[in-house]
Amino acid sequence: MMDSAYDLLAAQPFLAGLSRSQLDELSFCTEKSYFHAGARLFEEDGRADRFWILREGHVTLDTHVPGRPDAIVETLGPGAVLGWSWLFPPYRWHFGASAVETTLTLELDGPGVRSLCEHDPALGYLLATRFMGLVVERLQATRLRLLDLYGTPS
Amino acid sequence: MSMTPLRYRVDSRVEDTDDTVTLVLTPVDRPIPVPRPGQFTMVYAFGVGEVPISVSGRSGAAGIVHTLRAVGAVTRALHAARPGDVLGVRGPYGVGWFLPAPRDADLVVMAGGIGLAPLRPVIRHAVEHRSRYRHVALLVGARTPGDLLYPDEYDDWRAAGVDVRVTVDRAVAGWTGRVGVVTTLLHGLGVEPARTTAFVCGPEVMMRFAARDLTELGVPAGAVQVSLERNMRCGAALCGHCQLGPLLVCRDGPVVGYDRAGPLMSVKEL
Repeated sequence: MMDSAYDLLAAQPFLAGLSRSQLDELSFCTEKSYFHAGARLFEEDGRADRFWILREGHVTLDTHVPGRPDAIVETLGPGAVLGWSWLFPPYRWHFGASAVETTLTLELDGPGVRSLCEHDPALGYLLATRFMGLVVERLQATRLRLLDLYGTPS
Repeated sequence: MSMTPLRYRVDSRVEDTDDTVTLVLTPVDRPIPVPRPGQFTMVYAFGVGEVPISVSGRSGAAGIVHTLRAVGAVTRALHAARPGDVLGVRGPYGVGWFLPAPRDADLVVMAGGIGLAPLRPVIRHAVEHRSRYRHVALLVGARTPGDLLYPDEYDDWRAAGVDVRVTVDRAVAGWTGRVGVVTTLLHGLGVEPARTTAFVCGPEVMMRFAARDLTELGVPAGAVQVSLERNMRCGAALCGHCQLGPLLVCRDGPVVGYDRAGPLMSVKEL
């Protein structure tokens, strides 16, 4: 039997602790999606109107650097959440994203989830703190990489 | 143990990266005792100086393998050594990796940069005794794809049942591996934390973050082994240069459980 969007959302650690009714509401904004290796999920500066929870496969975030090959900023794997620009104005993507391999995701509609959050502040608070945790985690990882720990000691 | 270096000839030299080479050394006269995984030797570039280098393998009955990075006067001289050149070696010194790990343990080996060199004997042990352990994972972090150590061996290790995961800090389009910090490779590893033994080696900040994430997952601090790097001069607990709180790293380390090392690594003055 195929898992419903609700079942798949309920299995995501990122959403652990949400009530049944909150997951139920989110499931109406969710669809399962599938990307082939190399498929573009979004482009830098494009309209950010959704986010994804990766179920299988990997996605790279990239950026265009004039005069140089495109740089890969980060790779995200199963369980990771891809995209937070849908949550904050001006709702534009800061980077581009590609599937590295066949990738299965849960795709959530950004405006729909924002509307749910406006009508259910408890859900809004939960999701805002989850996304804040995600941003902090990635910020710390970025700071670590900025240290260039593997570089030649001066 | 004698403090006099024994003569070793450079048998072969492989350039691993721009600044890193692997030297296979064979004794000219008598050999040093057989090093255990995680131990180090003091390697002498005659007329230049002596530095501690972790043993990254053995070659034949008496040969030793050292992978080293050119970062100072002595290591630059060792990096420049060519087959036929003679170096001095004394040791082996220190406490190595606590092997074998308990039967049916999950092994997590985390390496950052040249930290893979002292961990290679752990991987080889795990491959040799693969049926002894449940999950065996090697998590490798490097600056760029070109800085990865021993990439030619990854497929062999995978074929032997090691879950090899690689990430780099910087990459350009075309790199199909991962980009991010090495600790992100812990996600979805499928190990049972309470029965996991972890071996961590790399820059000290990386080891702190790795050990913190491992313990947050539930791996007991005493089961997380880190390899400390300090200013080791004598190698024999005589000079005190490598003191870290109550430890003399050359004698009590370099491999120390994180339950002991953790509190010391977070003190700035040590």
